[in-house]
Amino acid sequence: MQSVEDFFLWLYEAHGINLTIFSDSWDRARFLAGILTTIELSVVCIVLSVVIGIVGVWLQGTRARAPRMAVAAYIAFFRGTPPLVQMYFFYFAVDRALSSLLGVSGGLVSNFGWAVISLSFFAGAFNVEIFRAGMSSVPGATIEAAEALAYTRFQIYRHVTLPLALRASLPALNSNLVNLVKTTTVAYAIAVPETLYVANQIWSDEYNVVEMMNVVWVTYLILVGILVWMMHAWEKNMRIPGYGAAR
Amino acid sequence: MTWTPDKPIVSLRNVRKSFGDFEVLKGISFDVMKGEVICIIGPSGSGKSTLIRCINALNDIQEGSITLEGQEVHDPKLDKLALRRKVGMVFQQYNLFPHKTALQNVMMAPVLVLRQDKAEVEKRARSLMAKVRLSGKEDSYPGELSGGQQQRVAIARSLAMNPDVMLFDEVTAALDPETVKEVLVTIKALAEEGMTCILVTHEMGFAREVADHIYFTDRGVVVEHGPPAEFFANPKDPRTREFLDQVL
Ligand SMILES: Nc1ncnc2c1ncn2[C@@H]1O[C@H](COP(=O)(O)OP(=O)(O)O)[C@@H](O)[C@H]1O
Ligand SMILES: [Mg+2]
Repeated sequence: MQSVEDFFLWLYEAHGINLTIFSDSWDRARFLAGILTTIELSVVCIVLSVVIGIVGVWLQGTRARAPRMAVAAYIAFFRGTPPLVQMYFFYFAVDRALSSLLGVSGGLVSNFGWAVISLSFFAGAFNVEIFRAGMSSVPGATIEAAEALAYTRFQIYRHVTLPLALRASLPALNSNLVNLVKTTTVAYAIAVPETLYVANQIWSDEYNVVEMMNVVWVTYLILVGILVWMMHAWEKNMRIPGYGAAR
Repeated sequence: MTWTPDKPIVSLRNVRKSFGDFEVLKGISFDVMKGEVICIIGPSGSGKSTLIRCINALNDIQEGSITLEGQEVHDPKLDKLALRRKVGMVFQQYNLFPHKTALQNVMMAPVLVLRQDKAEVEKRARSLMAKVRLSGKEDSYPGELSGGQQQRVAIARSLAMNPDVMLFDEVTAALDPETVKEVLVTIKALAEEGMTCILVTHEMGFAREVADHIYFTDRGVVVEHGPPAEFFANPKDPRTREFLDQVL
């Protein structure tokens, strides 16, 4: 570690490139914490947004009018407004309203919690649409075959529609989740110490905006690259011989 | 009223079915006894698929009655799932689950729907695969099988539920002429074992060979029916004659 730090100190002295996240253990620690926060935020939001997508599409398929209307309103709202505004709305408006309603002082949910909630709902709205498109690609005749075999509605959903719809949805889901990871930077606005936020702190302290900007680019390229790689591996793993691409 | 095998296992009385204003079935009646094989023939669009789909409640009806083992199929209080456990159905387009192997396709319903023991179901599924002469194809996915092979998996999938009645809706219509035979052989073996079968088919030779009774439908009514020997040798209605002239 000492030699790495020495190298980057030399790099600064000889060439003026000030990468304190390598040459300074304090900066390194807070930057790594920022990356970890970004990863944590991404993973939790990916899981929750997929759950929201699945539940939303299930509610859309019910006969009752109320849940279908609610899902439609939810999608219209979260797809039609900017994620930053949504996050402010939760953090400033919803938090305050709920706190006063429940008589709690000092806020109900942490900054991180509100970022998770608003980003999951944001990406979830797109996931509902993505899964709905995937569902409509499942042939009615396949579902009918399951009906004829006396499957319940839930068994059809769980064992036929969902696995086929998921496969059809993966490419679109892939790009929405990439988008979600990039949108986690919005949490900066409510002071969640994620990558961009700590990068800003570092460049304010160290006056190395150019270096840190480059570090931020590379960090997101790597994070998104890992996600894309995992999604492709998943897609490949889910591929069925003789089905899909050829048709 | 309990059903006994001396009464029809499937009975239709004056069944009427409309899609909106369009009446597809205009009063159909017939009886099927246990172990009987009946074939429904008729021009395309005459309502054969609709008719067969009413028997396992995939379609509802507006008037009349359909009973299976004495139970009214279209009684709103009837448990549709319980009914469908007793009725197997094979479709023109096979409709296998493309994300499951052939063996999994056969095993799924008994395990999920009937909650039978998996190991025991697998044993039965393997012997059903052998019965439809597809041993060795257990681990193939539907997309890797020919149409005729897929259709035989679909038959095995239905049989795995141990149904009392099998419905076949033009199950060879989508197949190449060479593979039609392998599927018909499978159905014939089933019929000879005493399975109650209701078949919609365009294969007149097959109908003549396996059916106990032939029903000719046109525009939503049964125009003429009878045992195959009589029906084919001596069709009475001009519409039947015209149809047979076209297909024979
Ligand atoms: N779900 C449906 N909605 C509206 N019309 C239908 C539907 N299913 C079938 N039909 C119509 O009912 C008629 C009979 O169809 P079908 O039972 O498939 O005939 P067949 O199997 O004898 O060719 C056709 O005119 C068809 O267009
Ligand atoms: Mg038809």
